[in-house]
Amino acid sequence: MSQTGSNKDVSHASLPGEPAAHGSAVDTTDNPFADPGLPPHQHRIQDIDERAAKRSERTIALLFVVSMLATVGFIASYVVLPIDKLVYIWPFGHVSALNFALGLTLGVALFCIGAGAVHWARTLMSDVEVADERHPIEATPEVRSKVMEDFRQGAAESGFGRRKLIRNTMFGAMAMVPLSGVVLLRDLGPLPGDKLRHTLWGKGKLLVNQNTNQPLRPEDIPVGSLTFAKPEGLEDDAHDFQTEIAKAALMIVRLQPEDIKDKQELEWSHDGIVAYSRICTHVGCPVTLYEQNTHHVLCPCHQSTFDLSDGARVIFGPAGHALPQLRIGVNQDGYLEALGDFSEPVGPSFWERG
Amino acid sequence: MSTATDNRRKAPAGERIADWADGRLGIYSLAKANMRKIFPDHWSFMLGEVALYSFIIIILTGVYLTLFFVPSMGEVEYHGAYVPMQGVRMSEAYASTLDISFEVRGGLLIRQIHHWAALIFLASMFVHMMRVFFTGAFRKPREINWLFGFLLFVLGMFTGFTGYSLPDDLLSGTGVRFMEGAILAVPVVGTYLSMFLFGGEFPGHDVIPRFFAAHVLLLPGIMLGLLVAHLILVFYHKHTQFPGPGKTNTNVVGMPLLPVYMAKAGGFFFLVFGVIAILSALFTINPIWALGPYRPDQVSTGAQPDWYMGFSEGLIRAMPAWEFVIPGGYTLNLGVAIPLVVVFPLVLTVIAVYPFLESWITGDKREHHILDRPRNAPTRTGIGAAWISWYLVMLLGGGNDIFAIHFDMSINAVTWFVRIAFFAVPVLVFIVTKRICLGLQRRDREKVLHGREAGIIKRLPHGEFVEVHEPLSQEQLHTLTQHEQRKPIEPAAETDENGVRRKVPRSQKLRARLSRAWYGEGTQIPKATPEEFKEIQSGHGHH
Amino acid sequence: MKKLSARRRHPLAALVVLLFALAVTGGLYAAFAPADKAQADTTAQSLAIKEGKQLYTTGCASCHGTGGQGTSDGPSLVGVGAAAVDFQVGTGRMPLQQQGAQAPKKPVVYTQAEIDQMAAYIASLGPGPAVPSEDQYNPEGADIAKGGELFRTNCAQCHNFTGKGGALTSGKYAPALEDVTPKHIYEAMLTGPQAMPVFPDTTVTEQDKKDIIAYLGEVNSEKSASPGGLDLGGFGPVSEGLFAWTFGLGAMIAVAVWVAARTAKARKS
Repeated sequence: MSQTGSNKDVSHASLPGEPAAHGSAVDTTDNPFADPGLPPHQHRIQDIDERAAKRSERTIALLFVVSMLATVGFIASYVVLPIDKLVYIWPFGHVSALNFALGLTLGVALFCIGAGAVHWARTLMSDVEVADERHPIEATPEVRSKVMEDFRQGAAESGFGRRKLIRNTMFGAMAMVPLSGVVLLRDLGPLPGDKLRHTLWGKGKLLVNQNTNQPLRPEDIPVGSLTFAKPEGLEDDAHDFQTEIAKAALMIVRLQPEDIKDKQELEWSHDGIVAYSRICTHVGCPVTLYEQNTHHVLCPCHQSTFDLSDGARVIFGPAGHALPQLRIGVNQDGYLEALGDFSEPVGPSFWERG
Repeated sequence: MSTATDNRRKAPAGERIADWADGRLGIYSLAKANMRKIFPDHWSFMLGEVALYSFIIIILTGVYLTLFFVPSMGEVEYHGAYVPMQGVRMSEAYASTLDISFEVRGGLLIRQIHHWAALIFLASMFVHMMRVFFTGAFRKPREINWLFGFLLFVLGMFTGFTGYSLPDDLLSGTGVRFMEGAILAVPVVGTYLSMFLFGGEFPGHDVIPRFFAAHVLLLPGIMLGLLVAHLILVFYHKHTQFPGPGKTNTNVVGMPLLPVYMAKAGGFFFLVFGVIAILSALFTINPIWALGPYRPDQVSTGAQPDWYMGFSEGLIRAMPAWEFVIPGGYTLNLGVAIPLVVVFPLVLTVIAVYPFLESWITGDKREHHILDRPRNAPTRTGIGAAWISWYLVMLLGGGNDIFAIHFDMSINAVTWFVRIAFFAVPVLVFIVTKRICLGLQRRDREKVLHGREAGIIKRLPHGEFVEVHEPLSQEQLHTLTQHEQRKPIEPAAETDENGVRRKVPRSQKLRARLSRAWYGEGTQIPKATPEEFKEIQSGHGHH
Repeated sequence: MKKLSARRRHPLAALVVLLFALAVTGGLYAAFAPADKAQADTTAQSLAIKEGKQLYTTGCASCHGTGGQGTSDGPSLVGVGAAAVDFQVGTGRMPLQQQGAQAPKKPVVYTQAEIDQMAAYIASLGPGPAVPSEDQYNPEGADIAKGGELFRTNCAQCHNFTGKGGALTSGKYAPALEDVTPKHIYEAMLTGPQAMPVFPDTTVTEQDKKDIIAYLGEVNSEKSASPGGLDLGGFGPVSEGLFAWTFGLGAMIAVAVWVAARTAKARKS
């Protein structure tokens, strides 16, 4: 290996720590810490023993053959194993036979190619360490001044600096043209308007049990229970079901009326039944880890904790305000109904929320 | 090398093709400079390769997945092969992911390879970045490449996040909901940004197709460009090397690209791919069929993002509730805005700008190709360790519910621990790490001056037991003493040479103060000098 | 059903059929001879209540009060019903070993007969949900997919997607559900033990409960499939991330060390 090029003409000023006598014999009596230069190359077993080299060769070939067999195994598994076949393999459990076989054969086929190549490089290819020179990245002063000169000449020839009108109008045009791109993004979505302020709830809307799709009556809901409701008329297969339920999802719990500490909560409840938005006021996860013995409800995403017996006040975690309560009552048929929409926006707060 | 020439003689056709290509592409000049390019060997230099190869694996498997995935939020009723989902309403995105898992032969394997490779991609970028940091490999001339690498990591995070959201399952949908809440918390424009991103109210019908475009086209496209630039710069700068005999700042010692490095690097690609394939055969990842389709009114406990987003999750979980209505009737949701709009970018930027900060403090304008041993740069090592501990505290916060239940703790206690540890742990770790570095420096000094403990106990004539110390070889002496010990820069004099007071810019004063903190007293153990060494060697030759 | 048909030629099959027939006959007889039965029932019942009261006095009264009215150490048991006793004692949660955030599951200390007696006694204190019968909770033939939807709506927020459990506030937790019997799952929904809310038949019907139990049997039992391989506990990204860092990256580094390591040198001898 020859040293690539020569760098004698390059200034070394920018390279620190250049040892005085690199590569040559070092006067060790003077400086015991001086760089002794690259240690002499030592032979591997394979370099001096042809039998060891042969052994390596056979190992490498074996690895490549195993890889070929594994690929055959992959194709065979693909053809033979049905996709829904489950097998029990300890300790992995009841796993898909196809996934297991394909993954292992593919893995072995790939791994053996790699192992063979690396073993080849490590044992049979030359392992003589070579030193290559580095060259400073900075250009020489001559190159630098030539470039500067060329640039100045080009700039002068364009008249860029002299004809200010051209320059300024060009900058103006260049600055303005991307605006078209920005304007084109306008139709990504509608303007917010008051969309975040309204849900499907409204006066007289029945509270429909999400499990049974039946309107709820007060007697369905014992103390300590947790029930989820959606507004009457919102069907699971509606086109905008996801968007509507994202705001309208409701949880209903029943407390002993004397346990309710908040006056407005008591007013808006019916016989201890309170209905709160299911959407966390922090970032919008459904906050429904209700502990009936403490009346606390916890959000599984960020652990905001609300006290449902005290106006759903935040008692822990990052949520900024209480869960909105839905005012409910009972209609003449004995069903629970909403007495209006939520009085404030549900879900995470936003700039215009107020 | 002889085999290469033999081959050439046997196969002149190959030579002719090369000649043809050279006439058009100039490949010989390129090959002359690069074919025998030298790469140093060290396992830690291969962490970046793990990232590169997992990226390639992700692209290969990702292309396969696009053949079957339907990026649509149109609702369908499922009637596929997976029994526990029969008749459930779900988006086409979720249904097609179920199909990939249960009806496309090998689809499940490719999905799992794609996802495991993504986790390993980000993890290997992280450790690669830390290797570069702790060895000072980011110093001139590699600062730009550090930034490229950093951008790759950040883009990787977002590519991962968008990909994780595509199946539209209950877990990832919760993550998207979280993102919506975070966007809404942006002051002034939050609601507009949210409406534009989701094409209306959350979740709408647009976000999955939009994420799909970002995930398969926009983000990987940018990443591919950055990756190529990153690699070109690695080639152009030539690799750094650890100090050692024969290794100088003006050379690079190692094995040539052709054949050794090519075989090793090429082989390593297959090894990485093989390991990931085997992982994907044995361990399931993101079993979306168990999670159910996304519905905004459903949720599961243990809702976390993939690990690389975990630190932001920890931030938001630990943040106290700070929400104010400011005059004018506007809501300032600092409880969400501070962690995500301020701290999240800050955590990342701090580490990204460190190289520029360090070079400003040192005023060092020279090129560095010899790596620092981390102990020889105690302040930097301390800062790096503190940053990692900071990141880990936030990760812990992101999994606070899982840790609480597995270690029988109160989730509130874990959250409080994270709140305090966020401030306390990095400081503690910084101090401890610096001390450890100084201890190691002291040990190096002892080793240089008195030799290595040989493990042989000798009894002296007067009965004392001593351990025999073997003197180090010159190679070892050089390795342990070659590093430079910087002096802090002198604060600029308040008076000029004529004794006239002059104004020293505040930035200069700050710089001098920082320099003292980095390199001043108590930041390094003076390394052994040849004089000390000689004196000791001549002074007591008896052991 | 498959299991049933496979075992139909088992040597004990005849015996099972015989016992079944006897039971049915006995049941029919009992049904058609109400007067006698009622008489016998009340006596048996009152005997059970008496026995149960004794067990209660020695094992439970110190916390729940001599008449089940509750003390500062334990809630009132008036009106909790037999189902609550069967769940709490049948899963070993009661009797409590020590006060804590939550009563954990423990080895059961009473026999089923004793539990039934205690349940009878508690049920006599006030009306409450009765222990469900097998045809109420047997999930055979239930709709697994519907159960999954119900589970994600009502249960997953605390118990995780497939019932692996999760943390609640201040050290409380929703337990993992993998080895809970259908009867106990049913009773838990019916009675709302400890922090868990009640899911009465009025809001989660008997059929819904069966569907939920069937879903759990499908996704969270010893026989549950995990097609992709070991499920790492089913906790999602936290365990996956830890695994990717330790085993995934660990394997990569091990391989890298091998690739970069120097090959053994020939010994100079």
